[in-house]
Amino acid sequence: MREGALIEARGLTKLYGGHVGCTDVSFEIFPGEVLAIVGESGSGKSTLLSVLSTEMEPTAGSVSYRMRDGSVESLFDLDEARRRVLMRTDWGFIRQDARQGLRMRVSAGGNVGERLMAIGERHYGRIRATAEDWLSRVEIDVGRIDDRPTTFSGGMRQRLQIARNLVTHPRLVLMDEPTSGLDVSVQARLLDLIRGLVAELGLAVVIVTHDLAVARLLSHRIMVMRQGRVIETGLTDQVLDDPREPYTQLLVSSVLAA
Amino acid sequence: MSAAVATTSTSDSTPAALETGYNFAYLDDQTKRMIRRAILKGIAIPGYQVPFASREMPMPYGWGTGGVQVTASVIGPSDVLKVIDQGSDDTTNAVSIRKFFARTAGVATTTRTRAATVIQTRHRIPEEPLAEGQVLVYQVPIPEPLRFLEPRETETRTLHALAEYGLMHVKLYEDIARHGHIAKTYAYPVEVAGRYVMDPSPTPKFDNPKMEMSPALQLFGAGREQRIYAVPPYTRVRSLDFEDHPFTVQRFAEPCALCAGTGVYLDEVILDDRGGRMFVCSDSDHCEERRAAGHRGTMLADGTVDGETTDA
Repeated sequence: MREGALIEARGLTKLYGGHVGCTDVSFEIFPGEVLAIVGESGSGKSTLLSVLSTEMEPTAGSVSYRMRDGSVESLFDLDEARRRVLMRTDWGFIRQDARQGLRMRVSAGGNVGERLMAIGERHYGRIRATAEDWLSRVEIDVGRIDDRPTTFSGGMRQRLQIARNLVTHPRLVLMDEPTSGLDVSVQARLLDLIRGLVAELGLAVVIVTHDLAVARLLSHRIMVMRQGRVIETGLTDQVLDDPREPYTQLLVSSVLAA
Repeated sequence: MSAAVATTSTSDSTPAALETGYNFAYLDDQTKRMIRRAILKGIAIPGYQVPFASREMPMPYGWGTGGVQVTASVIGPSDVLKVIDQGSDDTTNAVSIRKFFARTAGVATTTRTRAATVIQTRHRIPEEPLAEGQVLVYQVPIPEPLRFLEPRETETRTLHALAEYGLMHVKLYEDIARHGHIAKTYAYPVEVAGRYVMDPSPTPKFDNPKMEMSPALQLFGAGREQRIYAVPPYTRVRSLDFEDHPFTVQRFAEPCALCAGTGVYLDEVILDDRGGRMFVCSDSDHCEERRAAGHRGTMLADGTVDGETTDA
């Protein structure tokens, strides 16, 4: 692994029987860097994210991660206990459907506080103060702290998900289509918020999206996938302004100009 | 589990005749061995829920099938059995189970906490402090403390295995956020020996401190859910709480109306439809002993007032 890199994937392949999820995907991410993975439905980007988040074991390939103490560990060689601790302290996962990423029957404050309690915080007042702080940072009215996410709008749920994930100050955040299903003005505010937090906290982010505008707004680098393969990578502006592969050209030209 | 104390003062005045055709204490010996292995494993890993092949018992689920199987596996001919239901020795459940063992095992039964070597209980721990050599068997309806937070059994097992108990505190957090205090008053989760989080069965949280460092062996049997767990004698049992919302037990404003006992768990008894009520000891044996020792509550019908009506 290169000096300073946070996470490195080498030759990641996931096969579902004979069917290809993704094949031979390699990349590395440095702290503070945002990598967008774009491609059409079925191109393997969600498979890749599931493997990265260790929800699925890859058929072949490895993922190395630099821990907080500087040591490099292979994710799939870690035992489950350490992997889970890593997931809930050092990593975040923002899901497309907020209902999967939140506890819908637990209040907003409890949702934000869960990770704190999981790592051993046992002071109610401090948990609550931290939850209030994070709710205001993601622009949710602090007065809603005891309301359940079921009473929240789609945009608020996504912002609550972000607060819940960032409360332990993770270093790597995976995002799966965080803005789809939201209307355009809400999308814009959410993107603004994510961009601000990413810069402020120096997060490394892998964001999966089919929306090239989201990729352009948030990411530094971009990876275009098609049929399970990475067909083009590069700086976001470079790839989007001057696409080399025919498929990328098609993708870029399919975007409707407003 | 034998004891020198053989004196029994039973409330079932006529000892039931021993049934023939049944093995000692109803269960066959292979089953008892299987259950004893689960119990031993439970004792070795305090608070860990050991699966066991629960048998059909001649009583419905929810009536203490788990507790009965545990009792049947640990009881011996020289044991003295006490059975309580919500602290009381004379409710249907307690009387039936006591008779069951009197008839299938021929063991002596008692209502005296001190005289008993095996005490099967539903929802209470006796007020009288337990001693070394005594076994307390709990009837447990739902052994999994995380059940209502996480429905998947595979996931709750993983959470126990990795000691991920943040979720339990989320539940307590929600209580404080909604009610201003931890509103859970029974089945209050405890951490056993610094490791496993355990459901102490639906005992009032008032009884939680009695589990801590108890000299008696505590066994928990859940028949329908097929789990056995245990707290060995002299084990740390800590009720979960927050630093700024520490665990507290219920307090009662008035003493027991019959025996004037304080610092005990009281049941509320509605007397009429005009708001009349009284508070009496939930532990009937404790109350009787205190009255026998001359303690008098405010509403105790005095035996000296012969023939007089005592109705309010």
